Amino acid sequence: MGVTFTDRAAEHIKGFLEKRGKGVGLRLAVRTTGCSGLAYVLEFADEVAANDEVFENNDVTVVIDKKSLVYLDGTELDFTREGLNEGFKFNNPNVKDECGCGESFTI
Amino acid sequence: MALLQIAEPGQSQAPHQHRLAVGIDLGTTNSLVAAVRSGSADVLPDESGNRSLPSVVHYQSGEVPLVGHEAESNVSDALSTIRSAKRLMGKGASDIQDSWLNKHYQFDVDSGSLPAFVTADGPKSAIDVSAAILKTLKETAEQTLGGDLVGAVVTVPAYFDDAQRQATKDAAALAGLSVLRLLNEPTAAAVAYGLDNDSEGTIAIYDLGGGTFDISLLKMQQGIFEVLATAGDTSLGGDDIDNLIVDWLMKKADIDALSGESEQASIKEYAKSIKEALSTEESVTVDWSDAHGHAWKGELSLEEFNSMLEPLIARTLKPCRQVLRDANVDKESVTAVVMVGGSTRVPLVRNKVGEFFEQTVLTSINPDEVVAIGAAIQADVLAGNKPDSDLLLLDVTPLSLGLEIMGGMVEKVIPRNTTIPIARGQEFTTYKDGQTAMALHVVQGEREMVDDCRSLARFELKGIPERVAGAARIQVLFQVDADGLLTVSALERESGVVASVDVKPSYGLSDGEIERMLRESMDNAGEDMQRRVLQEQRVEASRVLEAIASALEADGDEHLSAEERELVDQQIQNVKVSMEGEDRAAIKTAVHDLEHASAEFVERRMNASVRKMMSGKEIDAIDSTLENP
Repeated sequence: MGVTFTDRAAEHIKGFLEKRGKGVGLRLAVRTTGCSGLAYVLEFADEVAANDEVFENNDVTVVIDKKSLVYLDGTELDFTREGLNEGFKFNNPNVKDECGCGESFTI
Repeated sequence: MALLQIAEPGQSQAPHQHRLAVGIDLGTTNSLVAAVRSGSADVLPDESGNRSLPSVVHYQSGEVPLVGHEAESNVSDALSTIRSAKRLMGKGASDIQDSWLNKHYQFDVDSGSLPAFVTADGPKSAIDVSAAILKTLKETAEQTLGGDLVGAVVTVPAYFDDAQRQATKDAAALAGLSVLRLLNEPTAAAVAYGLDNDSEGTIAIYDLGGGTFDISLLKMQQGIFEVLATAGDTSLGGDDIDNLIVDWLMKKADIDALSGESEQASIKEYAKSIKEALSTEESVTVDWSDAHGHAWKGELSLEEFNSMLEPLIARTLKPCRQVLRDANVDKESVTAVVMVGGSTRVPLVRNKVGEFFEQTVLTSINPDEVVAIGAAIQADVLAGNKPDSDLLLLDVTPLSLGLEIMGGMVEKVIPRNTTIPIARGQEFTTYKDGQTAMALHVVQGEREMVDDCRSLARFELKGIPERVAGAARIQVLFQVDADGLLTVSALERESGVVASVDVKPSYGLSDGEIERMLRESMDNAGEDMQRRVLQEQRVEASRVLEAIASALEADGDEHLSAEERELVDQQIQNVKVSMEGEDRAAIKTAVHDLEHASAEFVERRMNASVRKMMSGKEIDAIDSTLENP
């Protein structure tokens, strides 16, 4: 099932990748940290590791390691604006609870 | 829900620990804040979508000052609406008198060491005004980035001296902003274009803003930018282009004189819109009418506009020629030309500058924003959001830093164009017997004599142990941090007494003066050198006089007959007379004659002291004294 992007998110990701001008695509991951146990990682990907799964999504290459994929499966990545602040937001159906700020979560 | 940005590989941060940093272009007329988000640097607009903040602050009694567009639209109290405060950063009371700011504002020069604008909310220094602007930018940035800033890179003109840089840092501190680094504006523009990634090159930064023109020549080598030369015109910019169109329109519409400020403002506004339209179009339809029945309809073609502009652009090319000459660089060696400032949107400016440097000029980044964007890229690196390898950009000292030595001469400790941060020490000593204190005078400039340089600070080292002249060893350390700010400390080695000073604004130089100082040092190099050797000779002469005088006082009568004494006194007089004159050789001869005349006296004194040392002692004891003096 993997991960999907909203149109706005896809548009911005493509823009950022183009401006950066190098790397293979976008890496999504989950790591154990933060006030509620797990936190999202959103990075540029320069290389694909052995235990990575690679998807093509709206013309963007998405790299997710197999362990993180368990937590991210079915997630929609959105790009949104709150007041002056704008950025990416994970809409993850696996999440049971998240901390007030939404930066970390539990499932 | 906090929104996320895309990080560099491996640079993702733990939740709530984002290292948010911004770049700030604190300008004379407009200020901007920019940040790197998801790997790309962009200007952060405010709530109304404005990408730049007018550098205007309006003070009201007992209230929070209005900043930017709000302040600009408030024309009720012109004296409390402060513009162009940047021109006064790091300047002293004496600088205001000749400044045009003096015509527009009232100043309070008595309330403190810094001159202050008299406003409805009390006296405000240029630092207060800049702090209000920085605070507004900081708030915009924190709302946009969704968190507290760890710091900012603030840009300053390349010709800013230590006092002006320190004032900028003070303003940031007052605004609650931690300064990661001050960055030269031309350097920031070069960084925005990624020119720091090239291994080496010579870059010209052509900055034609609203009211000022600057040209800087930078040399880039292994990530280090060195300012080779700067020049410019502090009263030439986009406003002059608008005025050209105003004059043209007045002639066409048969207007002899403009009555009142609002009429001036409206015709200027109209002229500006014509100028902007001609950046993209071949011809503009002009339709002007005013309240007094003056009217004109017609066309202004790009060709006609260009012919009006030519002399103005030619005026900017003169300083371009000058920096090449100053830096001894030919046009072919210039690897890139960066355009900065809104006025470089005018196509003819780009063409002429390109023609001059014989290459295509860089214009792909918005010329109003390029400095802020470069600062944001630098801030992102300094905040630790990039792998360390990426870049650690360094700057250089704009002018030499030194210390006053005897005779009003300057001993340069850190020469100009030294890469910063740097620490450099030099040893000095006492001039008189029994001297227990030393006054240290820190100066900046290229000239040989203190009077021709800029005084930065004075301090005293006390508690030096009493020794004969030249025996004390005083280590003076000059340290310039990454922002170009100077700390000078002095340490007496034997006793360990220490004194130090941070360079704070004392009195300032106008923008043009730094350039003048550099130029004068070149023009007067020969004369300066002669004055210096003459002065050195005088210092040497007075040192000899000092030594002989103290010896004569101690035991002159004992060793010299009246006749001999008269001879020495006569030579002393000769030296004194020669020192009044400008003839170095004459002083040297007189000193030599004095030494010759007193040679006998010196020998007798030595013999006497040896006798004194040996008298009443066994030979063995004398032997051991000689072996272990």
